[in-house]
Amino acid sequence: MDRNQSHRNRRRALKALHFTGLFLTMMIICIPGLWIVLNSFRPTVEIMAKPAIWVPSFTLEHYRAMFAGAGEGGVPVFSYFRNSLIVSVTSTLIAILIGMSGGYAFARYRFKGKNGYFVGLMLFRAVPGVALSLPLFIVFAKAGIIDTHLGLILAYVAMNVPFTIWLTDGFFRQIPRELHEAAEIDGCTRWQAFWKVEFPVARSGVASAAIFAFLTSWNEFALASQLTRSVGSKTMPVGLLDFTAEFTINWGGMCALAVLMIVPALILTFIVQKHLIAGLTFGGVKG
Amino acid sequence: MTEVTLSQVVKKYGQHQAVHGIDLDIHDGEFVVLVGPSGCGKSTTLRMIAGLEDISGGEVAIGGRVVNDLPPRERNISMVFQNYALYPHMTVRENLGFSLRIAKQPEAEIAKAVDEAASILGLNELMDRKPAALSGGQRQRVAMGRAIVRHPDVFLFDEPLSNLDAKLRTQMRVEIKKLHQKVESTIIYVTHDQVEAMTLADRIVLMRDGHIVQVGTPLELFNTPVDTFVATFIGSPPMNLVDGVVRQGQITLDGGITVPVPVTAGALREGQAVKFGFRADNLMPVGHAVEDEGAVYELDLPVTLTEPLGTETLLFTKMAGGEVQAKMFNPRPVAPGEQLRFRLMLDKCHVFDATSGLAVRG
Ligand SMILES: Nc1ncnc2c1ncn2[C@@H]1O[C@H](COP(=O)(O)OP(=O)(O)OP(=O)(O)O)[C@@H](O)[C@H]1O
Ligand SMILES: [Mg+2]
Repeated sequence: MDRNQSHRNRRRALKALHFTGLFLTMMIICIPGLWIVLNSFRPTVEIMAKPAIWVPSFTLEHYRAMFAGAGEGGVPVFSYFRNSLIVSVTSTLIAILIGMSGGYAFARYRFKGKNGYFVGLMLFRAVPGVALSLPLFIVFAKAGIIDTHLGLILAYVAMNVPFTIWLTDGFFRQIPRELHEAAEIDGCTRWQAFWKVEFPVARSGVASAAIFAFLTSWNEFALASQLTRSVGSKTMPVGLLDFTAEFTINWGGMCALAVLMIVPALILTFIVQKHLIAGLTFGGVKG
Repeated sequence: MTEVTLSQVVKKYGQHQAVHGIDLDIHDGEFVVLVGPSGCGKSTTLRMIAGLEDISGGEVAIGGRVVNDLPPRERNISMVFQNYALYPHMTVRENLGFSLRIAKQPEAEIAKAVDEAASILGLNELMDRKPAALSGGQRQRVAMGRAIVRHPDVFLFDEPLSNLDAKLRTQMRVEIKKLHQKVESTIIYVTHDQVEAMTLADRIVLMRDGHIVQVGTPLELFNTPVDTFVATFIGSPPMNLVDGVVRQGQITLDGGITVPVPVTAGALREGQAVKFGFRADNLMPVGHAVEDEGAVYELDLPVTLTEPLGTETLLFTKMAGGEVQAKMFNPRPVAPGEQLRFRLMLDKCHVFDATSGLAVRG
């Protein structure tokens, strides 16, 4: 009786500890984001106040200013949003198409130097993106694609393909090869077998790869800040810089734009969340 | 008319040769079982027939047409895989109808064929489930259903029962045999289980290390094995083999026991080292034997271990230094260490050359 009781207490204590730990971790992760959202709705004086004011007042002044004309502290939000969307979506689509083909090839076919290629791709991930910005700048400048969507898209595709290959390779590897063999015997061509059987089965993996690629492009700052100049191609992260002046930073405005940046990403992640979880736990496929 | 013909079929994986020039004629409607120990090339052979594996040499013909360079879809075959390979994202109904849908059959006909296959295999209750929600036996059935909806010329099975438990395996074995009687198609079936081979096959093809060792009906392989490998592979328990030497028309076993040469063994040389083989069924304690005509040799042997199986008891005894198994019919309890008098049915014994392992027959 007693032993049971003490065991139960211990288990309860452990559970409480577990939740406290989780709560603290989540707090560390979430508070900066939350702080951005809160700040975007607070008057500038309150943001800068020392000591911090914990009970916020509410204002939409930053949003109003942001959408206002250029003279009144406004920024071309819609252009930036459009640029971000075009660049991210296009580069994601291309990266997924290339990456998926690559991942499938690595998973299914034998060819010379396969391991070498694979390691090479992974090494490529180890190079910090900023380190490439100068060489890329020079090359792009020579090619005349500085400050264009195309330039950014190319850079992002190159950045995302290795990771997509790595991720999709893992998913395709999990699908037993008998599946496409069965499909081929059932009358499919190799191509049909892929699209009708293997792709649907690996769908959640491809979806998570796509989300990763999209978020990487959507949030990328270092390269974009070098490779874009004008309203016609600046993406939202780069747009954040518009709020810095020589001596001041408009924190409120910056936070407001950051919120606009976070929202689509959140929505998208939420939509594909189911796939994402299935994908990340690698439990999505079973022969 | 769909006979399958293999001539000098070779499979190489780089340097490693998995199949060494196989010749095989499979008749229309025949149930042929490829059997052999693990790694002997059964699956490879089957997959070459299916078109899933390139043929490195020789020819495979299905229905008189050489199919070496045809993709699987043009061979009109069906295959059941060991792990079933059901499409996990489709319901049972969609799984069954997949091949017909690919062939662009009208929906009404697909539905009809699918329902027919489903009722043959008792799948009607499961049609709207996904494979993940099926038991092993049910998945097995769906895999078979998927194979039969198309009415292929040839069915290929690669160890379809090896993931099932013993009871279900026996049950599905019967169903596969019934299925064969119903569809009357040619079936090529791979297994490493000799019981499956014996019970299912019209003809067994026994393979080892990429070669065919013997082809024949189950009883031919059981009664006239060409060598010690076949003798010990087919039949359970495996055939007893005892070392001996030919002396004056008799075989002297190690340990001094001398038995007359069985009538089936003819061409023996004086002094030839041999392996003397007999099955447990042909060594029976006196009084517990099934009566059988023919020459009998009686000898006393000690029992070391017993395995009661109900209608019979398996007795482990020592003979000429080796362990041999005997069968006791209408069994009574036997204590280990007991000495019993045994009858050895000489007509059913085999003699193999000790070095080559080949059977010596008159
Ligand atoms: N892709 C491959 N590459 C190299 N060698 C292979 C390959 N597939 C099979 N082999 C070799 O070919 C030989 C025959 O293999 P196979 O799969 O046909 O054996 P099996 O008779 O089906 O055995 P099991 O009963 O274990 O399934 C084996 O020695 C195996 O190692
Ligand atoms: Mg095999």
